[in-house]
Amino acid sequence: MAKDGPTPLERFINGILPENPVYRQLLGMCPTLAVTGNMKAAMTMSGAVLFVLFCANIITSLIRHLLKPHLRILVFTLTIATFVTIADRFLAAYMYEMSKELGPYIPLIIVNCVIICRCEVCASKQGVIAAGADAIGQSIGFALALASIASVREILGEGSWFAMRVMPEAWPAWAIMILPPGAFITLGLLLGGANWFGMSRSAKTAA
Amino acid sequence: MTQETVNNDATETEAPVTHVAPGPHLGGGCLTARWMMLDVLIGLLPVLLVSLWVFGWYAARVLAICVGSCVVAEGIFTAMRRRQCRLGDFSAVVTGVILAFSLPGTAPWYVAVIGSFAAIGIGKLAFGGLGQNIFNPAMVGRAFVMIAFTSAMAAGGYVASEKAGVPDALTQATPMTALQQEGKVASLGDLFWGDTNGSLGETSAFACLLGGLYLLIRRTAAWQIPLGVLLAVGIIAGGQNLMDLQAKWTVGHHLMGGALLFGALFIATDPVTSPLTGRGRWIFGLGIGAIVMLLRSLSAYPEGVMFAVLLMNAVVPLINRWTVPRPVGGPVPSKA
Repeated sequence: MAKDGPTPLERFINGILPENPVYRQLLGMCPTLAVTGNMKAAMTMSGAVLFVLFCANIITSLIRHLLKPHLRILVFTLTIATFVTIADRFLAAYMYEMSKELGPYIPLIIVNCVIICRCEVCASKQGVIAAGADAIGQSIGFALALASIASVREILGEGSWFAMRVMPEAWPAWAIMILPPGAFITLGLLLGGANWFGMSRSAKTAA
Repeated sequence: MTQETVNNDATETEAPVTHVAPGPHLGGGCLTARWMMLDVLIGLLPVLLVSLWVFGWYAARVLAICVGSCVVAEGIFTAMRRRQCRLGDFSAVVTGVILAFSLPGTAPWYVAVIGSFAAIGIGKLAFGGLGQNIFNPAMVGRAFVMIAFTSAMAAGGYVASEKAGVPDALTQATPMTALQQEGKVASLGDLFWGDTNGSLGETSAFACLLGGLYLLIRRTAAWQIPLGVLLAVGIIAGGQNLMDLQAKWTVGHHLMGGALLFGALFIATDPVTSPLTGRGRWIFGLGIGAIVMLLRSLSAYPEGVMFAVLLMNAVVPLINRWTVPRPVGGPVPSKA
């Protein structure tokens, strides 16, 4: 296995903005659209993804020499499923309301392509430290993306942030922002904003 | 691609200039975007007069907010895209007027403003501006506020809360709601002249027909679309009527009630979001009429013109592909 590749620090930094899973790689769209109706749900989701991604990356990295090419996706999925089940049962035991709100989206982390992508791209090729740093960086990037979308949706849709009132009482709640169309519109506009920001920055560095 | 060579007059012999340009070569100067939009505005005049007569100050207020916000939104968003600002073609004004005519007179100011920004921003300029949008911008704006501010746009939103100094029309439920919830039937005369509650522009069948006729004569609107809508509604509602001869809400009520005529003549005929060919326009119109009847009869909404137009807008590219006309001289050779 090739030992060269990005260093752990590069892996960590890359995950946050330059290779942000949502805004740059457009991976994991299903939870991005489905659970960003309010900040609490979005942050719980991000926590679950952090846990699953970190553990799956470490395990995959440890067994990377045993992997057979034609079986690797199956092994990734089984590893991920193990940790997703742990996260799912944990939430059901200690955060029952949240577990009910997130519904099927916690089990669906199993097929979240952010995690399979990181196992394939990083953990199955690099050491444990790089894989761990990569998992944390990607998770932070994912959490930031979810937080940005959930902030817009919760503030416009309910006038609150983390269930705290931030808008004046007279604020008319935009029900559409809580509903699925609001997720698509917000994601599209923020994605456009992120691209525009990236373009203007690369134009500046080029000049 | 045809290429045409235009030689300058032979009198200027010293400098022969050869112009080579792709078609079209004839500019009539009449059917420009600007003239079409002005035509729509002229066609909307009777509707405007009736809505001012029925709703008075309420109509003027919503109209002013919508047109103002649409023009401002157009200015802001074109500036963001660093495009030349094309307010001169009046398309933003038309969007604002049609959006205002599709809102209730009691709509709060923020509904009108947000609807206008959604119409211009999400409905039009996100797709690349006039001529590129898939969906009718005014209907996108209305759909946005309808889902965002359900209480302001649902049946209750149409009725003014205070009673003093309010036009008579605003104190009663809209004919479509009254029918759905209480089984009350409005008289055909009221529906025809427009002395009922409803969205600002939809109440009077007479005004819509008058303005629509002008658009059809000017050929700004394609005649197949409104005819298709009316035909589909007429056939389906007529069938329902025949099955239940005692029904008080007749074909006439279906044709003149709600936003049907306004939608068929002014909204569905938007040249950008309707099919290009005659056959396609028939399919488009019939489809809208059928969906309107489906929503009116079976859904929880009293009226369905907005959703019908948006749904059929979505299939316009498909319709255009189905109905490619056969050029003179034989069929197009199939692409291998």
